[in-house]
Amino acid sequence: MTRGAHKRSDLAVVADMVAPGSRVLDVGCGDGLLLEMLARDRRVDGRGVELSQRGVNDCVAKGLPVIQGDADTDLADYPEDSFDYVILSQTLQATQRPRVVLEHMLRIGRRAIVSFPNFGHWRVRMQLLLHGRMPRSTNLQYSWHETPNIHLCTIKDFVDLAEEVGAVIERGMALDLVGAPFRVAAPLPVMNLFGAQAIFLLKRGRALETSTP
Amino acid sequence: MTFSPPSPGADASEAIGARHGAASSGKRVHFPSDRPLVTDGGGVIAPLTIAYETYGVLNEAKSNAILLCHALTGDQYAAGVHPLTGKPGWWEVLVGPGRPFDTDRFFVISSNVVGGCMGTTGPASINPATGRSFGLDFPVVTIRDMVRAQAMLIDHLGVETLFCVAGGSMGGMQALQWAASYPDRVFAAMPIATAPRHSSQNIAFHEVGRQAIMADPDWRSGRYLEAGVRPEKGLAVARMAAHITYLSDTALQRKFGRKLQDRAAPTFSFDADFQIESYLRHQGLAFVERFDANSYLFVTRACDYFDLAADYGGSLALAFKGSQTRFCVISFTSDWLYPTSASRAIVHALNAGGASVSFVEIESDKGHDAFLLYEPDFFATMRGFLEAAASARGIAPSRAKAS
Repeated sequence: MTRGAHKRSDLAVVADMVAPGSRVLDVGCGDGLLLEMLARDRRVDGRGVELSQRGVNDCVAKGLPVIQGDADTDLADYPEDSFDYVILSQTLQATQRPRVVLEHMLRIGRRAIVSFPNFGHWRVRMQLLLHGRMPRSTNLQYSWHETPNIHLCTIKDFVDLAEEVGAVIERGMALDLVGAPFRVAAPLPVMNLFGAQAIFLLKRGRALETSTP
Repeated sequence: MTFSPPSPGADASEAIGARHGAASSGKRVHFPSDRPLVTDGGGVIAPLTIAYETYGVLNEAKSNAILLCHALTGDQYAAGVHPLTGKPGWWEVLVGPGRPFDTDRFFVISSNVVGGCMGTTGPASINPATGRSFGLDFPVVTIRDMVRAQAMLIDHLGVETLFCVAGGSMGGMQALQWAASYPDRVFAAMPIATAPRHSSQNIAFHEVGRQAIMADPDWRSGRYLEAGVRPEKGLAVARMAAHITYLSDTALQRKFGRKLQDRAAPTFSFDADFQIESYLRHQGLAFVERFDANSYLFVTRACDYFDLAADYGGSLALAFKGSQTRFCVISFTSDWLYPTSASRAIVHALNAGGASVSFVEIESDKGHDAFLLYEPDFFATMRGFLEAAASARGIAPSRAKAS
């Protein structure tokens, strides 16, 4: 679940969705790039969770409050409404149970921000159609047997999941292959065909289930 | 400042003097009888002496004080040269100019725990009611009692809020207790290689040590000082057993393996054929030179009674609810005495309580003792955390760095 060291185009877009001065939990925070941006540019009180020891050590050595943990198992320990935003950036597709993770995010935070690579992009579709092989691209660099991305989805799939868990989509945007956001709000099928990555800002649509500890 | 074991039949008070004379050179504060320490067990310790050391200078705002809490058999000599053993202080690697606990920037305080034997009132001290040493008449103290005593010292030094409380093992328990008991007086806390409570296994190992001491005929129901003897064999065995728990299987194997001690073949006897046997015997013997057997009973008992959640209705999260303290929890992969799972329990509780917490598990094969040793990731973590916390607290960088 570690983010690559390469420059990540979605982070600026994600950061733009966060209101200044808010409380943020970054799940799968990697080496803390987003948390640093948020603290510096938006005076955010940020916390992080990261699976890799390397990533956690880097964060704590930089003075970021980050704990070693797993999105799949550790989100259950956070009380509800403890953050303004819970961010899951390029990590959803690597979780064991994306639905449960998303539900926890909506429980812990007043809003959730999720970014993920779009498996519905036309080049991904073409690779499978023309070559008959599992697609690989700049956002999906791994071969099928090594990939940590075990739960890839398309933008349409994600929209369905958001609806299933009762989330309201406040904003949804796609980034093209070079990481630039689409200029005009495109209809969903167009986003799904031409978006290389997608970023969604969600909020809880229905009351919390009281059974949650 | 040298220590020599008391000769047989030496006067008891002389023996105590010899043992503790070396520590008398350090800083002390005496609390008279009208300022008693009332213990969790209902005991009263009055008058109370606390032996402590300080490193660095308290700034004008009194905002740069760090309290270092020592582990089971540690003492106030965190840095510099230990007057009794001649060895470096227990956290010498971390305390000093330019080190993570930068004495050019911070005012570092370290005190001997109540119940200890390096100058703070403990079972070897004279009981004013009887004129003899307390022995087992000393009140059983808890981690919270140790922290209460430290708070008295901090008051005495004129420090309202500690910038940081840090410690490993039993010292980590004190750091946790500080954050729970005095949330407004702790800006940052670093509980390292520790646990929120003593496990059954932890208690079991301590009980083995205590029984070894009590089984030594020279223990004399705790009144050995008056008889001019010491339960050296029992205390050495206690230390040997405990020492094994501080190391990992890997570290023992790497250092000693099955290597023989100064011999080519086994002697078919109960000599210390193996290097590990010789090493443990040495550890045991060195320990009895510097530690009081009754103190060992008291400090191990304090750890056994430690269960922070129990004081908060069984919820560790409640112990830290609403805490404004920044925490940095550190564990080590090969520490099986206070394993990472124990640190995770602390982290979960802190998260649930809404506290600011960093948590790192450091890769090390050196076992529990790793917290006393140089590990690059460990140091980088401490440095980064302290640096960020110090700038949040507005503590000026050290002059050495600024220039």
